[in-house]
Amino acid sequence: MGGYRHTTYNRALEISTDICIGCSHCMKVCPTEALRVFGGKAGIHADWCIDCGECYRVCPTRAIGVMDDDFKEIFNYRHRVLLVPSVFFAQFDRTVPRQKIFDIIGELGFTEVCTVEQSVDTLVDEINSYIEDADKPVISSFCPAIVRLIQVRFPSLVDNIMKLLPPIEITAQFYKKRYEREGMDCSEFGIFYLTPCIGKIAAVKSPVGGYKSPITGVINMDFFFNKVYLAYRQKIEITKSIIVNDQLSSKGVLYPTTGGESINISGRSLAVDGMKNSIDFLEALENEEIKNLDFLEIRACDESCAGGILSHRNRFLTAESLREFASKVPKEHNLILDYKKYCSAVVHMDRIEPRSMVKYDRDIEVALKKMESARRLRELFPGIDCGACGAPSCEALAEDVVKGQADINSCIFLRTVYEKRGEISLDEAVKIMESIWGKDRFSKNSD
Amino acid sequence: MKFQYSVEGGDFTMAGHASSQVKKSLKQLGIDSSIIKRVVVALYEAEVNIVAHAYRGVIDVDIESAGIKLKLTDEGPGIPDIEKAMTKGFSTASAAVREMGFGAGMGLPNIRDNSDRFTIDTVVNKGTVLSIEIDFK
Repeated sequence: MGGYRHTTYNRALEISTDICIGCSHCMKVCPTEALRVFGGKAGIHADWCIDCGECYRVCPTRAIGVMDDDFKEIFNYRHRVLLVPSVFFAQFDRTVPRQKIFDIIGELGFTEVCTVEQSVDTLVDEINSYIEDADKPVISSFCPAIVRLIQVRFPSLVDNIMKLLPPIEITAQFYKKRYEREGMDCSEFGIFYLTPCIGKIAAVKSPVGGYKSPITGVINMDFFFNKVYLAYRQKIEITKSIIVNDQLSSKGVLYPTTGGESINISGRSLAVDGMKNSIDFLEALENEEIKNLDFLEIRACDESCAGGILSHRNRFLTAESLREFASKVPKEHNLILDYKKYCSAVVHMDRIEPRSMVKYDRDIEVALKKMESARRLRELFPGIDCGACGAPSCEALAEDVVKGQADINSCIFLRTVYEKRGEISLDEAVKIMESIWGKDRFSKNSD
Repeated sequence: MKFQYSVEGGDFTMAGHASSQVKKSLKQLGIDSSIIKRVVVALYEAEVNIVAHAYRGVIDVDIESAGIKLKLTDEGPGIPDIEKAMTKGFSTASAAVREMGFGAGMGLPNIRDNSDRFTIDTVVNKGTVLSIEIDFK
């Protein structure tokens, strides 16, 4: 695709260089320091990206695109199923009736709609038996951004990640099996997932743990909300009917909120949310500073999925709606037994492989030398992490210079020293800035 | 590559700083995570020992391609009965220290078990020197 120059490992995020203004906001929030600015545009280091979407959240020009599937793809199938997470319903205020939302989803083209968290009740039972003889703490596999964060930044913890599938995959398996039992050919039905986050797109497109997802395509929840809400506001006429499987228990509704998972687990469990909190906690866990913990619920977004990247509504209001919704549904639903019967065999996945961030070199002798040089360089840099060099921190710039991916003179402080000494001309200094931030920036506002 | 960290007795809020930094370097070098884990556990325990028992100390870290050498030198009371201190479950940590989750008495044997080579030199009323070596292969 024309305007896109870097795609990620999993192809869930990409930067459109046509739209990117090289503001560096994304670079500053990336938890794996996978972004740099060069030539006035941001670029992603694909192997380091964990698809958390923190960059997408802060991008002021919407230059970061989500690799969701084209909505029109659903019409390639006779039977078009949409798996809807409970956060979707929580995007609307209480005046919008649930049945109306289903009707509109049908009118937009789906033939059947199913709630994602109906598999939660079965999964919770599986988790409780799983943790009995697993290495502690068991880290939840629910949040795909966290799973990828652990693969990249905390490889020693990969074996603690629960080898059970997240609810969305179990629900998708359930319906796939149901249609197959009913004699439908797999070319006849398409199972689409309405996603509140970018990580889940990556999780469906390139899953971890030796697993292949039965999900046909992923629909962006932000995009779809607008479509549904517009139809609601315009009061479109409903001409089609849709099969609704809206079974949900209170457990299921609360599952994507913070604490909604850990509360169901026997033993000592904790719930952590937010990227920074998650990194701090995993750091401590890796240092073995945290003892006697049985289960860790951990999600990349503040307020978990209520604060999902593709959830447009205020996260606290979304979480409030979920709690209110949970208080109105029963503790159990009528599909629990069916899930037990058809899904127990499929909830397990294989070990997740680490994805180590090799910083310098695979040869340790070479790596050590480079690391030593980077350390000396870092002492020359000011340590204020201003980002004017196009790297997120002085440390990152030192690493880039040692790897031959950046110029030492990219540092505006160091360059000022050289300019003061007369070792670098104004022309050269301007050229360096232009190479990082693009020519245009230094030609406008000059009068 | 050599690093040095200083440790203050009683400063539990900073305990774990050296092990976190060393861990970061080892990860960047692409060292196997099971080896990193052993280094971190041994160093963290040893670091906390200085905080919990000594007045101050210095940690010298030397990372080479074959492995890591850690030397922890402290000024402190020393260990009067090494054999006892090397016994699993033995602890001289105070109740306040135990309350913070430290001083379960697993320190020294745990450090030894995670090391490839481990030596301890102690002089009562003077201090202790701990040498830990862990190979990368």
